[in-house]
Amino acid sequence: MVGLLFSGLAATLIAPFIVRLPVRRAAWLPGIFPAAIFAYLLFSLPAMHTSRERIASLAWVPSLEVDLTFRLDGLGFLFSLLIALIGLLVVLYASDYLQGHPQLGRFYAALMLFMTAMLGVVWSDHLLGLFVFWELTSISSYLLIGFNHEEESSRKAALQALLVTGGGGLALLAGLVLLGLSGGTFALSTLNLRGEVLRASPAYPLAVGLILLGALTKSAQFPFHFWLPGAMAAPTPVSAYLHSATMVKAGVYLLARLNPALGGTPLWNTLLVCFGLITLAGGAFLALSQHDLKRLLAYTTVGALGGMVFLLGIGTPLAVKAALTFLLAHALYKGALFLVAGGIDHATHTRDIRSLSGLARAMPWTASGALLAGASMFGLPPTFGFVAKELLYESTLAHPAAGWLILFVFLAMIGMGLVSAWVAIRPFLGPLSFHHAHENSWLLWGPPLLLGSLGILAGWQATAVGELLIQPAATAILGEAQKVKLSLWHGITPYFLLSLATMALAAMAYLWSKPVQKSIERFFAHLAPLGPERGYRRAMNGLIHLANFQTNLWQNGYLRVYILFIILTTLALATGALLFNAQGLHLPAFTPPRFYEVLLIGIILAGVGAVVRTTSRLATIALLGTVGLSISLIYLLYSAPDLAIVQFAVETLTVILFVLVIYRLPKFTRIQGQPARWFDLFVALAGGTLMTLLVLLVTSETFVSLVSPYFNASSLPLAKGRNVVNVILVDFRGFDTLGEITVLSLAAIGVFALLRLVSQDRKKP
Amino acid sequence: MNILIALATGALFTGGLYMMMRRSLVRVLVGILLLGNAINLTIFAAGRLVAFTPPIIAPGQSRPPDGVADPLTQALILTAIVISFGITAFAVALVRQTYSQTGTDDLDLLRCTDVPCPPEPDWEEPQEGNS
Repeated sequence: MVGLLFSGLAATLIAPFIVRLPVRRAAWLPGIFPAAIFAYLLFSLPAMHTSRERIASLAWVPSLEVDLTFRLDGLGFLFSLLIALIGLLVVLYASDYLQGHPQLGRFYAALMLFMTAMLGVVWSDHLLGLFVFWELTSISSYLLIGFNHEEESSRKAALQALLVTGGGGLALLAGLVLLGLSGGTFALSTLNLRGEVLRASPAYPLAVGLILLGALTKSAQFPFHFWLPGAMAAPTPVSAYLHSATMVKAGVYLLARLNPALGGTPLWNTLLVCFGLITLAGGAFLALSQHDLKRLLAYTTVGALGGMVFLLGIGTPLAVKAALTFLLAHALYKGALFLVAGGIDHATHTRDIRSLSGLARAMPWTASGALLAGASMFGLPPTFGFVAKELLYESTLAHPAAGWLILFVFLAMIGMGLVSAWVAIRPFLGPLSFHHAHENSWLLWGPPLLLGSLGILAGWQATAVGELLIQPAATAILGEAQKVKLSLWHGITPYFLLSLATMALAAMAYLWSKPVQKSIERFFAHLAPLGPERGYRRAMNGLIHLANFQTNLWQNGYLRVYILFIILTTLALATGALLFNAQGLHLPAFTPPRFYEVLLIGIILAGVGAVVRTTSRLATIALLGTVGLSISLIYLLYSAPDLAIVQFAVETLTVILFVLVIYRLPKFTRIQGQPARWFDLFVALAGGTLMTLLVLLVTSETFVSLVSPYFNASSLPLAKGRNVVNVILVDFRGFDTLGEITVLSLAAIGVFALLRLVSQDRKKP
Repeated sequence: MNILIALATGALFTGGLYMMMRRSLVRVLVGILLLGNAINLTIFAAGRLVAFTPPIIAPGQSRPPDGVADPLTQALILTAIVISFGITAFAVALVRQTYSQTGTDDLDLLRCTDVPCPPEPDWEEPQEGNS
């Protein structure tokens, strides 16, 4: 398993190069990766059926006990199967759809990255590993939505998707950490055994809230659904793969995966049922106001994801079974319909259902793929979509509050049925609207036809699919062995009647498509100003305003204001620290100073005072020199002859330097007025007082040095030097001195360059 | 003597900080020089003041006498002095170049040499004073 993931990363790196190989169909080569996964999965199928798991582990950060543990169980298997199957088809499809595109390599690299990341999400057994892969899917989704990066709308949609899912990802990280801490482990499989402890822990509501935020943003649930229709800016194969079949289902996956650990409480069930139901009904009805094929499909995807969350919220074994069946059915028919939409777009260069008609004659293969997938979405027997719809009704009817819930679900299913007819039938019937339209290459109609046929096959063989795929997955979600028996025909039951009613009403609505669409459009036009997308735009604008405001406040371009802030902050922090840890200032024993000490300090004080006041350039330089030389004498008096010599030399050089350029310097004038100067003086005085106090405090403590005794003792035996200071500089800390020499050389080069610049300027005129 | 050194440090800090808050670029340069000296003196005082016992090993001895001045702080300050000299030299050349190119050393006017000037903030009236 680890090997497969690593080969996915390798495929990401080499994909841009291999698709350029001068081989026919070089763009098929990335398909080897999903094909390998597919083979691996088929090989593991017997193990899944006997509920055995495949586990692989890789030490990642041993010091933090973070291992990349991967575990393939029934739930992960179902997802991996979709990732590999639809991934393979999408690679083939895109090789024709994007043929000759200059950025083909980049496309395949991002696609391989996504595939690897998505596999990582459904295989990870470590919460943090799961999170890392989760974020990787967001990033590769960002790259793929913004694939047409020359269009502003694509970039905006990509950024919007990244911000919404990435923001949710941050909440998810906090939630997962909270979960790991309260469960005492970060291993998912262990956490799922400790559900009792987790649900009783005080952090439970917060953890659930944060994790839900992550899952709901990823799966485009209301009120975060708006990023998914925007994500349709991606090339159609990407929409089919990421934004309907796999990535957006990651949120559903996470909820299902954590069900044994977190599920079963009123909080969990109520939240999921509410969000899921609103999204189910809202998505289906928002879809009815659209004309663009991809946006129609995107909104029904939102609705379908809502349905899965809703079913997981109900939480009964029947509902979980229904959720998984719906997930599989949806991935098959929605992936196919997206690919059909891409094919229509490719042939006619439009996706507006109002102008498309009669394509069945021009594109018979595409039309048959659309018909098969559409039948599954519509819920006609014997498709798998029919099985899923029956189960959805059955689990809703078994809920205590079935009366209200069933109304929403019923209306939503009618909406979806209507959309499926619009997408799968309407463009193909009637007079041919595009006379230049022609059938695409088999690469564009083959994959949707295959997916559509699989939907029929799965419906026909529902029992086998239920046993092989749904049963192990349901066992993983519920944490105990399940028996799943799916069948096409249950006899005349309430939910069968509901299903019939849905189909009848959807068919009737299709006949009156025009008035239905007009009125729904008008309804949503009134509602538009309230949409969450508007809130998103406002928040983004507000963020930019806030950034501008605080940049102007702090980065205002006045050096003195920056320094003022630095001084005030330091003062506040240091004073605070001193006050909190005050142990009283006991002054060192006062020894009467010798007269030359008083004299030196007097010179320094007077010198500083005069430097501040004078406006004469010459006086400033002389006074600075005086202060510096007095300090050098202090060094000499207190046992630092080396310092005294260096300070003396440097002061002399500084004076010479100033004298050399003195008449090229501006006059030392005062620019600011009296009040500003007094205020600055007050602040500076406060800073100076603080430093005086600090020096007194430090020198009143007894002095303990940990390193100096070593230097003193080893200077002669190890370094053969009698001047300890020099030995430290050239020997013990020789590399520091090397750095110092480097700094000086750089400064010298800088000075030289600046002065040369001046002389060149002078030569010019 | 500790108290006197502390006073001198405080005075150097006050002068340095005050000069660094000036609008005139050359005065900021003077402030940097004063501040460098102030910091060196602070480190020196933190290594304790010991009179007339430099960390030098007398001939015939294997280590300096007890109660010797701390060699480590001295080594640090020595590096600091040399580095500040490098900074001073570079800053002087920079100030000179700035002045010859722009004809001003008023930092408020230098704000707008390569970008358009933002409006003046309210908190301070720019004033031409010459006292």
